[in-house]
Amino acid sequence: MSPQELVNSLRSFLPPEAVLYETEDLKPYECDGLSAYRQLPMVVVLPQSEAQIIQILQLCHATQTPVVARGAGTGLSGGALPHAQGVLLSLAKLNRIIAVDPLARMARVQPGVRNLAISEAAAPHGLHYAPDPSSQIACSIGGNVAENSGGVHCLKYGLTVHNILRLRVLTISGECLEIGGESLDSAGYDLLALMTGSEGMLGIVTEITVKLIPKPEKAQLVMAAFDDVLKAGNAVANVIGAGIIPAGMEMMDKITIHAVEEFLHAGYDLDAAAILLCESDGGAEEVTDEIQRIYAIMQQSGATKISTSQNEAERLKFWAGRKAAFPAAGRVSPDYYCMDGTIPRKHLADVLRGIEALSQEYGLRCMNVFHAGDGNLHPLILYDANQPGELEKTEEFGGKILEMCIRAGGTITGEHGVGMEKINQMCAQFRTGELAMFHAVKAAFDPSGLLNPGKAVPTLHRCAELGAMHVHRGEQKFPELPRF
Amino acid sequence: MQAMIDQYQTAIRTAAEHKTPLQICGSGTKHFYGNPVTEQSNTLDATAYSGIIDYEPTELVITARAGTRLVDLEAALDQHGQMLAFEPPHFGAAATLGGCVAAGLSGPRRAAAGAVRDFVLGIRMLNGQGEDLSFGGQVMKNVAGYDVSRLMVGAMGTLGMLLEVSLKVLPKPAAEITLRMQLDEIAAIEKMNQWAGKPLPISATCHVNGELFVRLSGAESAVRAAQVKLGGEELSESGVFWQSIREQTHDFFQSAQPLWRLSIQSTTSPLLLPGKQLMEWNGGLRWFLGDENASAETIRRTAKNAGGHATLFRHNESCIPVFHPLDTGMMSIHRALKEKFDPSGIFNPGRLYPEI
Repeated sequence: MSPQELVNSLRSFLPPEAVLYETEDLKPYECDGLSAYRQLPMVVVLPQSEAQIIQILQLCHATQTPVVARGAGTGLSGGALPHAQGVLLSLAKLNRIIAVDPLARMARVQPGVRNLAISEAAAPHGLHYAPDPSSQIACSIGGNVAENSGGVHCLKYGLTVHNILRLRVLTISGECLEIGGESLDSAGYDLLALMTGSEGMLGIVTEITVKLIPKPEKAQLVMAAFDDVLKAGNAVANVIGAGIIPAGMEMMDKITIHAVEEFLHAGYDLDAAAILLCESDGGAEEVTDEIQRIYAIMQQSGATKISTSQNEAERLKFWAGRKAAFPAAGRVSPDYYCMDGTIPRKHLADVLRGIEALSQEYGLRCMNVFHAGDGNLHPLILYDANQPGELEKTEEFGGKILEMCIRAGGTITGEHGVGMEKINQMCAQFRTGELAMFHAVKAAFDPSGLLNPGKAVPTLHRCAELGAMHVHRGEQKFPELPRF
Repeated sequence: MQAMIDQYQTAIRTAAEHKTPLQICGSGTKHFYGNPVTEQSNTLDATAYSGIIDYEPTELVITARAGTRLVDLEAALDQHGQMLAFEPPHFGAAATLGGCVAAGLSGPRRAAAGAVRDFVLGIRMLNGQGEDLSFGGQVMKNVAGYDVSRLMVGAMGTLGMLLEVSLKVLPKPAAEITLRMQLDEIAAIEKMNQWAGKPLPISATCHVNGELFVRLSGAESAVRAAQVKLGGEELSESGVFWQSIREQTHDFFQSAQPLWRLSIQSTTSPLLLPGKQLMEWNGGLRWFLGDENASAETIRRTAKNAGGHATLFRHNESCIPVFHPLDTGMMSIHRALKEKFDPSGIFNPGRLYPEI
């Protein structure tokens, strides 16, 4: 179907302002949060109702037109990168909170609702929606479902998959599936889990029922500085080994500490090799008890300086630096590239040493922030896109970090998704058999492959061409070679 | 151990070639649960592939072979003060990890801590063509590829044979007490849901015979502070009581009548069904002993209207389908998935639904 025919067909049932096709109107949609990848779609549609989405999907299905769903466009892996011959389906206008049921502790929302808006609507009832990705003021709940988003509190409170109850999903043919329910489980296969994190490849989510949980009565933070990254890593293990599940457990390395302290003055120790922020929340008695124990463990683990937040203002000040790590990277470098590997925590020191070696090799600086409780590492590679070849070098550096995460028994993406960005590393993490099953799962929902084509799962052909070294279960191709 | 996997693969490939169904069997402790396999089948004994592969208490992860007994797994965790937080029912001393994951059943702590599926991090499995596949991993956060690991939970072995499972584990609470109070059903439903919306260390609830039982777990100081807020009388044998609910050895369950499990919205008013009831999960789980006046159709409609579903959990040779029927759209996705994972339809046919 020609672009003009498609636009005409769409305008037969959508208002004119809901169908964009002029280049200047398409421009804002050419990329998501990963701006290194850009592509103009053929057309952008902005439906306002599920009924309109059904018509859009039926049209695209009939004309075999690719469909890429987009929420707030804050994703960091290019999952919402448009398709040149396709429709970009923006869910931004489906932004209503349909109902909040405080006694049953759940909310029914449309996919375009912002993550934080749910917690704001629940706040008068003393409740909140737990997953809090750092983009929560802007990111949409539909996008959170697509990526299985986490946040700094997910070791204790879980990811999106643990905090949703029900989805309304449209298949590419426009058929509606009710997945999950108002109950804690449902009959048949766990399609709720399968849909969560499926990156817009299996269906279009039009409504979500989320769980709401009580807001903790109190939260308090211990900040501990260490003269050695290994000691900080051990301190994390010691806290967890003592039977404590902190509400948040974040680590920053020296270069990050300096970058954020310079413009934020959060009171971080500039002599430290690593800083740990360890938060306890819950009932007042529980928090008091836990904070005392965390303090003692930090001391025993060799912390050089320990502070406990004395009030809410101080707690937020300690957090401010960590939360400003990304802007700080933007301040010390023209561009930065954020990675998202996860590793078993015991390999932290090895992996950080490996990153340091790569940083030397490529001549690019790298800041490391780390969701230490759950092993999710965010190296920020600092580069300058205006220097010819530097982006390519950065991507190669990043790819090597991810392969190192796989070798350590981890994964290439903890919470940002594969999207377009990490598609090559999927060849290193999975074998042909698993990749073939992923394609089969996709085909069970979308046999003609129209939803978000080319993302999340590489073709077997691509992997063969790439010849990526497959590392699986720690079996390496050349086990005799040193890796770190 | 690889030799054993080779044997499983050979058995699966032979079965696929001849289209002879295989019934994947652990220790059979949950044999009563689900529909019987519909066709003449051979048994695939999954118990021999057992043992803990890796356990790192400070990583909060344990990986074990599917034939590992739950008691052995829990004993290993106990040594380090940790537990399976979803409190899976065993229904027999020989219960295995594979059966636990395939049945997907969780115990009293479910409403507070999460279900089996919430703790599964990764699996290794054989599909219907005998291919050895691994999904997920040993880390808490992992969004590479579709979540096939969780898809296996509760699939009753219809999609593949589980070989290994990695689970997130949690520390045991320092203190645990149970409060008992006299409350009728309506009041209990209201209280349980109100309390669940407050920052209280409630780890389990159960209402039976006009009494509400509330378990508090956490730091000693937190548990005691909550006790003052909630009131009631402290139960002396807390552990014994919850064990009897988890394993269904409580008097309530000693009945010859069919036992229905209704998983519904927790705030639902008392069910207008004839027969005895027991509530768990803040009212989200209702066990119901159906007498002959309660038709399956009525029970299922009641559950559906309450936002959930009904399972015929225990029964006597009944011809009523065990699991809540799916609508056409959902069933066609189920059939398509089954066809992809098990193209010859050899794994546990009919165990979940007749169509798969």
